[in-house]
Amino acid sequence: MEGQFTFHENTQAMIQVEHLYKTYGKSKALTDINLHFKSGQAVSLLGPNGSGKTTLIKSILGLVLPEKGMIRINGEIISNTCTYRSQIGYMPQIGRYPENMTINQVIQMIKEIRTDSSHYDDELIQEFGISNIGNKSMRSLSGGTRQKISACLAFLFSPEILILDEPTSGLDPVSSELLKEKVLRERNKGKLILITSHVLSDLEGIVSDVVYLQDGNVMFNKTVRELELLTGQKKLNKVIATMMTSELPQMQEL
Amino acid sequence: MKGIFKYVLMDLVRSRVMFVYTLLLAVLSVSLLSLDNNQSKGILGLLNVSLLFVPLVSILFSTIYFFNSIEFTELLLAHPIKRKTLLLAEYSGVSFALGMAFTLGVGIPLFIFSPTLSAFILWLSGLLLTLVFSSFALFIFVFFKDKTKGIGAALILALFFTLLFDGLLLGLIYSFSDYPIDKPVLAFISFNPVDLARILVLLKLDVAVMMGYSGALFKKFLGSDTGTIYSIICMVFWIVGPLLLAVKGFKRKDL
Repeated sequence: MEGQFTFHENTQAMIQVEHLYKTYGKSKALTDINLHFKSGQAVSLLGPNGSGKTTLIKSILGLVLPEKGMIRINGEIISNTCTYRSQIGYMPQIGRYPENMTINQVIQMIKEIRTDSSHYDDELIQEFGISNIGNKSMRSLSGGTRQKISACLAFLFSPEILILDEPTSGLDPVSSELLKEKVLRERNKGKLILITSHVLSDLEGIVSDVVYLQDGNVMFNKTVRELELLTGQKKLNKVIATMMTSELPQMQEL
Repeated sequence: MKGIFKYVLMDLVRSRVMFVYTLLLAVLSVSLLSLDNNQSKGILGLLNVSLLFVPLVSILFSTIYFFNSIEFTELLLAHPIKRKTLLLAEYSGVSFALGMAFTLGVGIPLFIFSPTLSAFILWLSGLLLTLVFSSFALFIFVFFKDKTKGIGAALILALFFTLLFDGLLLGLIYSFSDYPIDKPVLAFISFNPVDLARILVLLKLDVAVMMGYSGALFKKFLGSDTGTIYSIICMVFWIVGPLLLAVKGFKRKDL
């Protein structure tokens, strides 16, 4: 795995977040966020509820409009444009779809909207066996199955950047494993992957970097190897627990 | 835009609420139109039903639909689609579906039972009302964050235009009855799409008794044809105005 970390060292940042600020009314959702992510990285965005993870993701997707700061995707500033989103695959935390449409119709609809792409990555559709239930209406699906559809749609156009918001929540163990393997395969192809998840054991072996957010601030942004060396722990959940119990300001300086 | 429009429509065609709405309108139309031999009476009855039902159902159904599809809207916006395109496609899909329901439920029975010009105008005014109130719904969706508050606002707006506004108008007329207020009243009426729809039909129906004060004013000042054109133009403004504001507001909305 270590070998995989090396090849992104010299490449240009795919996502550049600079001095990003966002407030909702009086509460500060993001305060002066600066982050650079490169190809081949799998970054885990961690933090307690309400720490600004989803706001950050949504800012990158252009769904939330920050007050100050700048985001570049592959060098292109994203405000007032939507074309850059063809490079991003997004899997939302909650997938809700038009109730009376069938699975096949939803997939077909997204394909029709994306006129820029004619090559589809349907590995996950095959692995999850979605084709067999393609005629079911979205209304009749369980939360887990909807989650699978969201995952399939995120990977469908082989995007360079994958943003997965709580991808494994609600998935059964088998599907969760399939999704993790898919994430690993994509990462090894040199794609950039951003994952938020509270289930740290699900991220084990997938993520290369950890960004910890709290109250809209980046508490630390380090590679898993750095963190392991720093804490002397091997398991990701132990690593994070150790980091949390130690003095964070000191850790940032390290 | 065409793709999204097509699939919104596909979703709504199979919606149970839409089916019940169409059926209810059809039952009302057939019963009202076949009740009496006097076609004008039938059309008047249907007019009153449409003026009450169409705004309320259009605005409530659209508001709930827009708020319910917010997660899907987010998902679509994560693709390279302009916000404006998506919003207008959703509006077109919903208002087209509601317009279809009105055409099937009221339009077709009208053309079967009473194929007259006034029947055509009734169908047209119902359609315009559908477009106006789904446009209001879009406006509410963009400017309200919370679904419950949005639905509350939709209800208040519908009730304001169907019931309260006429009360205000009457109050105005009585308070200033000593002054020549005909022209101000005429302008005031232009602010209510429901009144405009009513006048549109009444101008074509030759039932002087039912014309009411506002209808008589329109006939007196504008004449039948100019009055009709004026009403239609006002209603088009009521469609386009909220739509433009919604599109503008949606550009700055956090999802």
